[in-house]
Amino acid sequence: MLRDDIVEYSLDYHHSEEQGKVVRKKIWKVTAILSIITIIEVLVGAMLPKAEQTAMVWLLIKCGYIALTVVKASYIVLIFMHLGDERKNLRYMILVPYIVFILYLVFILYLEGTYVNDAWEFLK
Amino acid sequence: MSGAHSQQMDASTAWGGGTSPFKVSYGKLMMWFFLVSDGLTFGGLLCALGFAKFANPEWVAGWPMGEEIFTHFPFTHAHLPLLYVAFMTFILIVSSVTMVLAVEAGHRMDKRGVIKWLGLTVIGGFIFLGSQVWEWSTFIAGPDGDLTTWHDNATLQHNTYGGEVIMTPGEHGHNHTEVVSYGPTLYANFFFFITGFHGFHVFTGVIFNLLVLRQVIRGVYHKRGHYEMVEKVGLYWHFVDLVWVFVFTFFYLV
Repeated sequence: MLRDDIVEYSLDYHHSEEQGKVVRKKIWKVTAILSIITIIEVLVGAMLPKAEQTAMVWLLIKCGYIALTVVKASYIVLIFMHLGDERKNLRYMILVPYIVFILYLVFILYLEGTYVNDAWEFLK
Repeated sequence: MSGAHSQQMDASTAWGGGTSPFKVSYGKLMMWFFLVSDGLTFGGLLCALGFAKFANPEWVAGWPMGEEIFTHFPFTHAHLPLLYVAFMTFILIVSSVTMVLAVEAGHRMDKRGVIKWLGLTVIGGFIFLGSQVWEWSTFIAGPDGDLTTWHDNATLQHNTYGGEVIMTPGEHGHNHTEVVSYGPTLYANFFFFITGFHGFHVFTGVIFNLLVLRQVIRGVYHKRGHYEMVEKVGLYWHFVDLVWVFVFTFFYLV
């Protein structure tokens, strides 16, 4: 049996000059998307400062920032880190811990944090 | 394919499962495992920041507004919110792109291409580290570098929206600047810890990239028949960029 831990899979990724052109085109496209999202974030941050917004509008902007961040993160993970090209079970093995643990952590800390905040307001 | 890495092995040494269920090599799988755990560490740190923000109202902890955190830019005293941090973000995105181009060149066994793009990635990493040094030193010593760290541990207490500063005339006509009240320390603790931890990752990544670049130049991977090592350090480097995307959002925007 040939040792499969070092060589075989590594060679699967080789590609030709023509395929390389397609891959590079995709890379530049993702670069443009990431840059545009960053520019939007910075412009919104500079043009619509928190101090001038009502609480409702600021909440919307905040959610928008987080949504754009998740979009950026998925482009980096799926395209740049090639996770989109990996097998489905590897993909889920990597992503599920985040979906389960981080979302739960965010939820529970948000809940508890709000209670502590209420306690401060009560003491005021 | 000759050499120790491709030699025959008997079935009792190999694991009994036939082909790997993940269809990736051992090294890449382990790099992913490491990144999952490292990512959960950063996730935990950023969640802790979120908890502190939810738990402590404005009048207790004095949270600064995202876009007002860093408004300086080298060689000017203009008030430029977000611009410098946007520059840092852009540098990291660009170096991530050069890294993925190095990986692509490796798939074509293009040694010169790998050297070029990996070299540019290393340069981008150094620019980011230098930028962070400038940002930190501006935070700590003020935009004109005239705050000392001698009085009352000014290092962590002062930032642009926090600590109050007085100027007192000193000897030889020089003014002494002293911190007389504290800035939002809870915020500063989180800021320096998390950006510092991220900066440490960038530093490690640059070291990894340099070591791999040396091997590429020496032709080690060309002889091996594949450039997977570039891909593995590439995963780490993209991860560093990924973390910065979140740090940028939760420190400078939200």
